[in-house]
Amino acid sequence: MSKTLFDKIWDAHVVTKLDDGSVLVYVDRLFLHERTGGVALTSLREDGRSVRNPTHVFATMDHIVDTFPGRGDTTLVPGGELFIKTMRKTANDAGITLFDIGNPRHGITHLISAEQAITLPGLIVACPDSHTCTLGALGAIGWGIGTSDCEHALATETLRAMKPNQLRVRFDGSLGNGVTAKDMILHLIGRHGASGGAGHAVEFCGQAVAELDMDARFTLCNMAVEFAAFTGLIAPDEKTFAYIANRAYAPRGEMFERCKASWRNLRSDPEAAFDREIAIDGADIAPTITWGTSPQHAIAIDGKVPERDELADDDARADLDQALDYMGLEPGQSLLGLPVDGAFIGSCTNSRLSDLRAAARLLAGRKVAAGIRAICTPGSQHVKDAAEAEGIAKVFVDAGFEWREPGCSLCFHAGGEGFGPGERVISSTNRNFRGRQGRQTRTHLASPATVAAAAIAGCITDARELKPI
Amino acid sequence: MNAFDRHSGICAPIRIDNVDTDQIIPSREMKHVSKHGLGEGLFANWRYRYEGHTRTGANEEFVLNQPAYAGATILLSGRNFGCGSSREHAVWALHDFGIKVIIAESFGRIFMNNCARNGLLAIELPAADIDRLQQQTNASPQTRTVLVDLTECRVHAPDGDVFEFTVSESDRHMLLGGLDYIDYTLKFASDIERFVAADRRRRPWAYL
Repeated sequence: MSKTLFDKIWDAHVVTKLDDGSVLVYVDRLFLHERTGGVALTSLREDGRSVRNPTHVFATMDHIVDTFPGRGDTTLVPGGELFIKTMRKTANDAGITLFDIGNPRHGITHLISAEQAITLPGLIVACPDSHTCTLGALGAIGWGIGTSDCEHALATETLRAMKPNQLRVRFDGSLGNGVTAKDMILHLIGRHGASGGAGHAVEFCGQAVAELDMDARFTLCNMAVEFAAFTGLIAPDEKTFAYIANRAYAPRGEMFERCKASWRNLRSDPEAAFDREIAIDGADIAPTITWGTSPQHAIAIDGKVPERDELADDDARADLDQALDYMGLEPGQSLLGLPVDGAFIGSCTNSRLSDLRAAARLLAGRKVAAGIRAICTPGSQHVKDAAEAEGIAKVFVDAGFEWREPGCSLCFHAGGEGFGPGERVISSTNRNFRGRQGRQTRTHLASPATVAAAAIAGCITDARELKPI
Repeated sequence: MNAFDRHSGICAPIRIDNVDTDQIIPSREMKHVSKHGLGEGLFANWRYRYEGHTRTGANEEFVLNQPAYAGATILLSGRNFGCGSSREHAVWALHDFGIKVIIAESFGRIFMNNCARNGLLAIELPAADIDRLQQQTNASPQTRTVLVDLTECRVHAPDGDVFEFTVSESDRHMLLGGLDYIDYTLKFASDIERFVAADRRRRPWAYL
């Protein structure tokens, strides 16, 4: 029988089918972080349970740790230090590998899970973080869970679930100049809504996806959750195998060859049936930015905020009114030229080396506009070290950006920091929710290049019109 | 976990789409290394007034602060309730505040799972049904209560309308029995052992 990529991975992990239609699914890897990892491990212990296989469990510090240079365990998060110390102690007690603050392999979970090849094609990887879908870029199932399910996975190495429906999103043709994976996913969500993928695992495919480098594929899959998808994934190819080769936990030698032979089957069969299909022409995608308080409030950089009479119904008009009231904008307004107070490059969406390079190409020889707070938080120590080695860090600093230590940072005022009430921030992150980056802060999501261009101009700008110096 | 079979309570409407978990509890309100005591941070951005970052009191306009809705245990909302961050604190905060049931057009997947794991019932109904629930309760929320019956999968509105809903059989079974998911799965420990032994031969690279 023809199978999709998702079928092949899922079916190979079914431990047993239960009477109620759900299945127990084997989980290959579990990644913890300090926001909930210590809570889960403590709760497990209080219930008299143990971690079934600690060698498959990893932990890092990213959600609460701050990102100031010279940081330690103290953070601006109320009570934050206790989360960090609890994560450290419970991980050590349970025999779990912890990539602690200062470790050269430290960073945001989804970055380091890939960088170290802890996630491999065909694996199921769970983490109590909704952006675990990022790892689908490796041809794995990245499964975001809550704390209770995290305890379940710790104790049983399984999760209990119903198999989701499946949606194929095909991006045909090539992307235009200056268009990135971030623009692809914002375009998709803008067109099909923030609940457009609900109940479905989404396979991204097509020429424009095949042409993306691995960093960009992580960005594309990262925001599958903003589409309400169960997860997002991409069939592994030679780029994937080249990315994995020789990373810390990657199989070696003969075993790696055997893996590749197996992984080449991880693709949807030509006749495989999907519950739904969406096709998008890559040439139709412009650099994309959000104007409102949901990722579905996305428009082309040179587009306009919707007019009230363009919308389908009263609910949509009420949604528009509320979003625009929060954002301090008007219907029909263009975003180009809109002054910004802050610019942030970071997060599990866009904090990889190629993201930083894209921003640095525009920042080189230029300065951040007066009065703008610009911050770059590399996603991992590995990215930070590489960026410093190739001179990118200096470009950011010379331009007037703060250059931070790795972590989730200002994506959601992790580390206790936020932008100010009413401040308008252009951000390479994934959520423009009300208050996400600070109470009453107004967030516009965009690609790193668009963020860099706005930081230089002091207002929202089409990065394509800014040529490298 | 407490069993859930029937619940009768006061309905409060938050009829907007995409109520994300950052709204349900902002990350700055998740102050304790614990699942308890989070009710105070529930809907903090909406429930309180602020000057800068400092709370200055209750926002009387917010539905859960209105006397008419005091003691509400059932929330009515729109599409994609609980989308966004996986933080189970959102459910712990709702639970701590006293919410038992959320009726919405659809839910974020992780949030819905988290509800079931904590004895909260997340019910999906069409917008028209939620409209009627709201219309029939709004005039006098304290007396016009709604009965949610998980044994029959029905919502009884004050005027006698009955709305049928479906939940996953798995969650229904666990909620009705107040069962613990981990205990339940551990009954299949030998299946897990067998799977791992066979899988280790099939995919040796997956085992560290």
